[in-house]
Amino acid sequence: MAKSTSPKKVDELSYEEARAELESIVAALEEGNQKLEESMALFERGQALMKRCNDLLEGAELKVRALSGGELKMFEEAE
Amino acid sequence: MSQPSLFAGAQWTVSRLTRHLSQVLEADPVLQDVWVRAEISNLSRPASGHIYFTLKDAGASLKAVMWKLEASRLPFPLKDGMAVEAHGRIGIYEVSGQYQLYVDLLRPVGEGALYAEFMRLKSMLEAEGLFDPQRKRAIPELPKRIGIVTSATGAALRDMLNTLRRRLPLAEVILAPSPVQGADAPPALVKALNSLILQSPDVILIARGGGSIEDLWAFNDERVVRAVAESDVPVVSGVGHETDFTLTDFAADLRAPTPTAAAELATSITIFDLRAEMENFEQRAYTAISESLSSRRLEVANLQSRILSFSPARQLQSERQRVDELSRRAQIAQTHRLALEASQARGLAKRLVALNPFEVLARGYAVVTKADGSVIRQLSQAGAGAEIHIRVTDGEFDAQVGNRKS
Repeated sequence: MAKSTSPKKVDELSYEEARAELESIVAALEEGNQKLEESMALFERGQALMKRCNDLLEGAELKVRALSGGELKMFEEAE
Repeated sequence: MSQPSLFAGAQWTVSRLTRHLSQVLEADPVLQDVWVRAEISNLSRPASGHIYFTLKDAGASLKAVMWKLEASRLPFPLKDGMAVEAHGRIGIYEVSGQYQLYVDLLRPVGEGALYAEFMRLKSMLEAEGLFDPQRKRAIPELPKRIGIVTSATGAALRDMLNTLRRRLPLAEVILAPSPVQGADAPPALVKALNSLILQSPDVILIARGGGSIEDLWAFNDERVVRAVAESDVPVVSGVGHETDFTLTDFAADLRAPTPTAAAELATSITIFDLRAEMENFEQRAYTAISESLSSRRLEVANLQSRILSFSPARQLQSERQRVDELSRRAQIAQTHRLALEASQARGLAKRLVALNPFEVLARGYAVVTKADGSVIRQLSQAGAGAEIHIRVTDGEFDAQVGNRKS
C-alpha cells in the first residue's frame, strides 16, 4: 500500500525518494483495490511525483566537489 | 710448438674459417641462451624495422641486433643510455666478421625485480584471502554519490567526469585527489581513500591513466591494496590500459580496464534508462487509473440498473398493481360475501318462517290465553270452569275449561 499521505512535499523529494514512492504508487494503482477517491488521490500524487522526477532529470547537472583537508569544496575542472 | 711451415698450402678460406667459428660458438650452450646486463648505445632503427645497437658496460661492448618481429613486441621504446637486460644467442655476422648478440627479449633493468616483488605480494595477499571472489560486493546500479580517487590533474579524471556527466548527471561526485605515481603516492592514495569513505559514497572509483609498469607501481603497493580490500564502500578500479593488471585490480570489487570503463561500470543505470522508466511509470499509471475508472463505470451501470428496481416510479407502479390486485380480490370477496349473506338471509328467513307462531298455528297448533290475555303454558294456569280464549290459524274462539288431568 502506498503512502498516499506522504508528509514530505513533492518539491523537497530527491529523485530516488520520488522514484521509489512513484513506483509503489503505480504498483498500488495496478493492484487497484482502493476507494475511488483514494485512487484519484494516489494518481494525483503520482502525477506530481512524475513531474518532479522529469524536472530533476531535465535539470540534472553533475555536481563535483573535492575533499580538501577533510572539507568538501566545489571542484573547478581544468580545461 | 713448432714453427709454422712457410711452404704449406693455405687450407682455409675466410668464409670457411668464419663458418667454423660460427659452429664453435653455436655449439656452446651458454652462448646460445644468455642474459646480459648492459647499457644501450649507438641505437639505430632503419626503415627495415630491425633494431641495431651496442650493449656496453665500463669495460667492453657487444654488437646487438633485434629483428623486426621481436622489436615490434617491445613494450617500451629503447633509448641510448637505457640500462637493460637482454636475452639472446651469440652468433657471427659473417659479412663483416662481427660476432654479435641476436636479441629476442629485452627488458629495462629493475623490471625483473619489480615483477618478482609483484608475484611475491600477489601470492601472499592471495593466501590471506584478500582477493577471494566471495569478498566482492555488488556495485550499486544507481549510485547517488560517487567517490573518485585519482590525480586532480590527470586525463583519467577528465575521462571519468565526462563519462559520468553523459551517463548520470543526477549523481554527485566527490573527488579525493591524490598523486598516483612516485614514492608519495601509496600513502597519499590510502589517505585519500579513507577520507573518501568517511563521506559514505555509494561507490568509489580508484583510477589512473596508462603508463609504464613503474608509473602504475603505486597500485601494487601493499598499503594501497589492503586499503582497497578493507574499504566499506564497493570499489571499482580502473588503472592503466586493458592489458595492465595491478594488485589493486585484484583487491577491488570490480576491475575495469580503463578509467572511462570504471565510470561506466559504476553507472549501469543511465539517465536514458531513467527517462524510459519514467515513461513506463507514466503509461502504467494512466492505464491503471483509466482501467479502474472504466471498471467503476461498469459497476455504476450495474448498480444503476439494480437501483432502478427500487425507484419510486417503479414502486408506484407496483403499488398501483397491488391496489388493482387488492381491489380485484376485494371485489371477488365482496361478491362471495354478498352471496354468502344472501344465502344466510335466506336461511334466516326460513328460520324466521319456522319460528313465526302463526306458521305453527298453520301446522295445527293453537294458542290458549286467559281472559286477561296471558298465555296458558301450564295446567295450573287453567282453573276449572275458567273462561279461555283459543286462537287457531284463521281466527279465534272462546271456550271454558272442563275436566283437568295431569
